[in-house]
Amino acid sequence: MTTTDKGTDRGSANRRRPWAIEFYSSAVVKKWVMAITGIIFLGYVFVHMLGNLKLYLGPDPTGVFAIDHYGEWLRELLEPFLPRVGALWIIRAVLAASVVLHIHAAYSLTVANWKARPVRYQSPREYLVANYASRTMRWSGVIVGAFIVFHLMDLTIGTVNPDFVAGDVHANLIASFSRPVVAIFYIVANLLLGLHIFHGTWSLFQSIGWNNPRFNEWRRWLAWVFTAVIVVANVSFPLTVLTGLVT
Amino acid sequence: MNITLRVWRQDNPDAPGRFVEYDAPDIESHSSFLEMLDVVNERLTDQGEEPIAFDSDCREGICGMCGLMINGLAHGPQQGTATCQLHMRKFEDGDVITIEPWRAAGFPIIRDLVVDRSSFDRIIEAGGYITVPTGSAPDANLILVPKPAADAAMDAAACIGCGACVASCPNGAAQLFVAAKVANLNLLPQGQPERWTRVEAMVDEMERYFGSCTNHGECEAACPKRISLDFIAMMNRDYIKAKFKNRRLAGQRS
Repeated sequence: MTTTDKGTDRGSANRRRPWAIEFYSSAVVKKWVMAITGIIFLGYVFVHMLGNLKLYLGPDPTGVFAIDHYGEWLRELLEPFLPRVGALWIIRAVLAASVVLHIHAAYSLTVANWKARPVRYQSPREYLVANYASRTMRWSGVIVGAFIVFHLMDLTIGTVNPDFVAGDVHANLIASFSRPVVAIFYIVANLLLGLHIFHGTWSLFQSIGWNNPRFNEWRRWLAWVFTAVIVVANVSFPLTVLTGLVT
Repeated sequence: MNITLRVWRQDNPDAPGRFVEYDAPDIESHSSFLEMLDVVNERLTDQGEEPIAFDSDCREGICGMCGLMINGLAHGPQQGTATCQLHMRKFEDGDVITIEPWRAAGFPIIRDLVVDRSSFDRIIEAGGYITVPTGSAPDANLILVPKPAADAAMDAAACIGCGACVASCPNGAAQLFVAAKVANLNLLPQGQPERWTRVEAMVDEMERYFGSCTNHGECEAACPKRISLDFIAMMNRDYIKAKFKNRRLAGQRS
């Protein structure tokens, strides 16, 4: 390679580091990692929403709620190939690793971007196309992250849900959402989740480089529809419990 | 028309800058924005004041020298044009117009509204060229270029390197400039031999000075040449591919 001295020097310095570390050091790769982990989250959020819709199926003739059946099925998933709750823990491990990468990349890029404009514009900026969702990604991301911690403590671990009974999914949901403050927090957090995934769903196509005149105009539509489906369904759960439509 | 200017004045790179207000009466509404600044500078010189330093060269929108943040918008309120193509008729009589330099770590202020954009030159030096043997020009049509590739490369080549993409980006990222320069060569047959080293070298050089893309799309809206965001996607794809390809190529060295 016959580039400038500076370019060659950097190349040899980079080769001394493990390839994966060098790969991840680039901001373009960090955005790529955020897009890939984002796809994992979007897939999970969609399946999570589908599973929760079983809240509306009510109890079967023996009095067991459909969502409790579903919870048990998740714990037995891929049994006996995997031990009980084995598949569940594999999913959790993948999600946890994705969360770590997604947050680290976001943090590292944010710090780098702040450094890229150390002196801000001294007069008011005007934005032509950057929208509320795209400009609040960092806030919506942090708040949704905090919400997920609360959500796990509320309905998976049960530490912030005084009536929590492990495995009793339906009863736990009702107990949690019957507290108005908690239900409103769930609703607000899901609206913010909607903001986050609206920009994320479109943005990931650019970050990965999936760009083709054949489907470019559909990328925004996909973001709208996907976000609408997730938000409407997710907000409905606390709302229907809070208003007494589901008991 | 009578207007008031609020202009960023800064004596040198390290001096603290400040906004200074100037009354600009009797401005011809058909004058360009830069001609208006010329008039204001003539008057300042007559009054024995230091004129406002700003960049300009061709004044017909093809050189990329001019570039001002006008009322919070790169190149002002008119889209698809450089500052030199903006005319005073776009403003109203009595307007207060705020003018600021591009602000980015990669574009340090030299004086007033003039910034140092040589970081763009460093990026071009890293890979924005093709290596060709010198000598007599090759015969015409010796290298066939598919029409769609020629068209797309031409669209990318429209980039004049003014830096409005960096200036308008909330992250101070130079993705649109670099993507245009990468695509310009990576789309053409002549650019293929160095395609993967080019994108890696140019992006790495870019990341030494500038922020990263979060897909707001402000750069595309501010670009006087309307360079498409699609080129950024193309650069991202080529960069990731290059990371794997260059690794494999490195393994082939003895």
